[in-house]
This record gives sequence, structure tokens and C-alpha cells, in this order.
Amino acid sequence: MTTIPLREVNVATVRDAIEQLCLDANYVAADDVRAAFARAAEREVAKLGQRVLLQLLDNMTIAAGERVPMCQDTGTVVVFASIGQDVHFVGGSLRDAINDGVRRAYTAGYLRASMVARPIGTRSNTRDNTPAVLHLDIVEGSDVELIVFAKGGGAENMSRMCMLTPGDGLDGVKDFVIETVEIAGPNACPPVIVGVGVGGTFDSVGTLAKLSLARQVGSENPDPELAALEAELLQRINALGIGPHGFGGRTTALAVHVAIAPTHIASLPVAVNLQCGPAARVRRLVI
Amino acid sequence: MWPGCARAPTGHLRMDEQLVRLRAPLTDDVLRTVRAGDAVVFDGVIYTGRDAAHARLAALLARGEPLPIDLTGQVIYYVGPAPPRPGQPIGSAGPTTSGRMDRYTPALYAAGLKATIGKGHRSPEVLAALVEHCGIYLAAVGGSGALLARTVVRADVVAFADLGPEAIYRLEVHSFPAIVVNDIYGADLYADARRRYRIAPDAEG
Repeated sequence: MTTIPLREVNVATVRDAIEQLCLDANYVAADDVRAAFARAAEREVAKLGQRVLLQLLDNMTIAAGERVPMCQDTGTVVVFASIGQDVHFVGGSLRDAINDGVRRAYTAGYLRASMVARPIGTRSNTRDNTPAVLHLDIVEGSDVELIVFAKGGGAENMSRMCMLTPGDGLDGVKDFVIETVEIAGPNACPPVIVGVGVGGTFDSVGTLAKLSLARQVGSENPDPELAALEAELLQRINALGIGPHGFGGRTTALAVHVAIAPTHIASLPVAVNLQCGPAARVRRLVI
Repeated sequence: MWPGCARAPTGHLRMDEQLVRLRAPLTDDVLRTVRAGDAVVFDGVIYTGRDAAHARLAALLARGEPLPIDLTGQVIYYVGPAPPRPGQPIGSAGPTTSGRMDRYTPALYAAGLKATIGKGHRSPEVLAALVEHCGIYLAAVGGSGALLARTVVRADVVAFADLGPEAIYRLEVHSFPAIVVNDIYGADLYADARRRYRIAPDAEG
């Protein structure tokens, strides 16, 4: 019998990574997002819409240059941590380390603290943007993969989920996605990135939708059936006329990402997680 | 007949790209000249206020008590800024969703407020209050908080300091850009824009 040596990872490494990912996500637009805005600004037919896209590109330049957040809503930190089963964490609690990373970024980095401890009643601010929402997964190997979102409240508030039935079928899913973007209108800060989860259960479908937003904007879905669905949904969404910031135009979404999961014979859960394009902040790092 | 304080529009022949400059206190005469879809810039003073400050203002009005600021002709910007870096008057400062302030807003327009700046849809009650009290609603571009913060020259807390980023700040701005969404004539940019740019499903082929 062979034994695989455990890889020791000090949680301080995770803490420092989380801090850097939070700062970077808030100050600097990712290359894929910036490129999508530049393409949209060239194509947008509406004058006011084009002005908005150019203003948002300027904003990205200013934010990166001055190290200030692109958007004052610096979001809830959502962390997806995929941990290799051959990793052994040392140096303390992994969960505490992740929250320490968030705390350091948000207090020393001039980011806004936007978390309240209790959603009802006092709603008192935790003052350091903790706690993060943490999704933990155990995978093969000895890597630790971190995906960090700084998810703003405006677009999150316009996200929706529904337990469709199998009879509603693919058309039901499509209509629910379009309806969600239509209801959101200007509130979600379009152009948006539309994350769609289909399948699983009530609790898992929202996570599926959120994780789909971590894909590169402009990347092709490896599943040809889903790639075609994404293209059709993107075309229908951009025909709605909502446009940049709702001022009218053909750029309502930059991308649609669809992720699926096995589900029950009686079920067709669908979730639509909207991501504001102007402050689409997601970072990935493997340590 | 024009609703509320509106008059038949005159003198609205302006070049597409020309910016209208606005400065509080705003008068009905000035507001008669701006229309939904206009790109404007603000100079001078605007006040900040979001959820918690609005709840307090509404409670004061309901009890018939004086407000901590005189709203006559003034502008409220819905923003909860990020903390400033040392030497800066304000941190990132883009608009928040206006709809959350809808329940408090008609009473503020009735008290003399002339303009609000945020993002997203307003309620039918707010739209009616704009026409009734000769007010306008504007949107700043959400997600451009770093750029908008650069237009703020000075920021001072003037009420509800205990609310932190939700306190009411008096901002001095220079060329703060916004778009008129709802004017005093009842026009709505969001609705008009969708009608204008929508592509009917069958037109797609």
C-alpha cells in the first residue's frame, strides 16, 4: 500500500490570498469584463447607451489608477473554496482565516462595510464586511482553489429562482430567464452578466447559478447544447431594448452563462443570478 | 393642458451633446426646460441620503417636526459612499437603487425637494409626486463610483452623524453627471427607451 503525503497549507496563506483577491476584485476590472465593455461600446447603436459604456470604461481606468473601488457597493464576499483531499490545513481555523482576509481587505483597503449581522431587527453593521458566504467543496488532489466574488446588492436583489415543473420544459426556462432580466431593468445596473442554474434542488440551484458567473465573459460553453441556449438567450435579452443602465440600446447583457445539474423526475428548478457588468468582480486563484 | 406646474415646452431646441448645467436651489422655471433623456451636470450643493436617513426624515415630517436641512429647491443623491482614502473628500460614490426610498419620497417633494438622483425605477406614487410638485428624478450611472467621486470637491456631515455612511452629507460637486429619467411633464426615459429599442420577437426571423 502506498501512502500519499499530505500537503500542509498554512491558513495564513489562504488569509493573505483572500485579502489580495478582495482588493484586486474591487479596484481592477478583469480583462474579460473590460474587453466585453470595449466591444459593446463599439457596437452600441444608442447614443446615450454608448455614453454610459464609455463612462464605465473611464471609471475602470480611474479606479485601477487611484486604487479606489469601481463601485461604492463593494459587496458581500462569496468564497467558493475547492480543497484537495490531500491537503492538511495548519495554523488555525480555515473559516476564521478566510474571514480575517475579508476583514483586512475591507478595513485597510477603504472598501465599504456592507454586512449587517441580523437581517431583521437591529440590522447593525458588522463594520468589517464579515462574514463571507463560504461554499466548501472537497476534491481530488492537493490544490486549494479559491473563487472570490464581491457581489453587489443591486443586482443580487433582482435575482430570482423558481421551481418549474418538467412540463414547463426548455421554453419555461427561457421565458423565466427573459422575464427576470426584464423585471430587473435598470435596477441591476445593465449591461448585466446572466448566471443561470437549471436542475438540482431548491438549495443547490442558486449556487449553481452563482458559480456559473465565475466563467470568463465571452468564453464558449463546452456543452454545444448549452452554448446554443446561451447564444439564443443573449440575443433575446439584447432585443429587449433596456440597454446600458436602462437608457435604451442593444447592450442589456454582456453574456449568459448556463450551468446544469441532475435533478428529480418531478422537478425543474431554475435560478437566475444577475451580475452587474460595471462592477463584475470575481477572481480565481489556485494555491 | 399640462399637468401640475408644467407649461407647454418652449426653448427645448438643444444640440444632442450639449450638457445642461444645474445648480441648487432649483426653480420651477429651470425644471421646465429639462426633459427626460437630457444629460445634465450638477454644480454646487447636493445632499446625500439613503434608507436609514429617509426613515428619520419621514418620521420627523410625520410628527410635524422641523427637518435638519431645508429641502426647498434642493437635490438628494441616493448614495452610501465607500470610505475616503486620506486626503480625499469621499470614497467611491455611485448611486444606489432608488426604489427603496419610494415610500418616503412623495412627502419630501411635498416639503420642497426638487430633484432626486439614484438608479432604477420609481413607484407610481413618486412619479405622480414629481408632476404634482414640479420635481424631477435623475439617474447617475451605477458602477461608476470612482469617476463620480472625482466630481465631489467637499463632503461634510450635516445630519444623523451616528448613521456613518448612511448619514446625510452636504456634497459640493463640480460637473456631477446625471441623466434625467422623469421630467415634470410626466415623461419616463426608461419606458420610452424600451419602446424605442425593443426588437419584436418575430422581427428577428
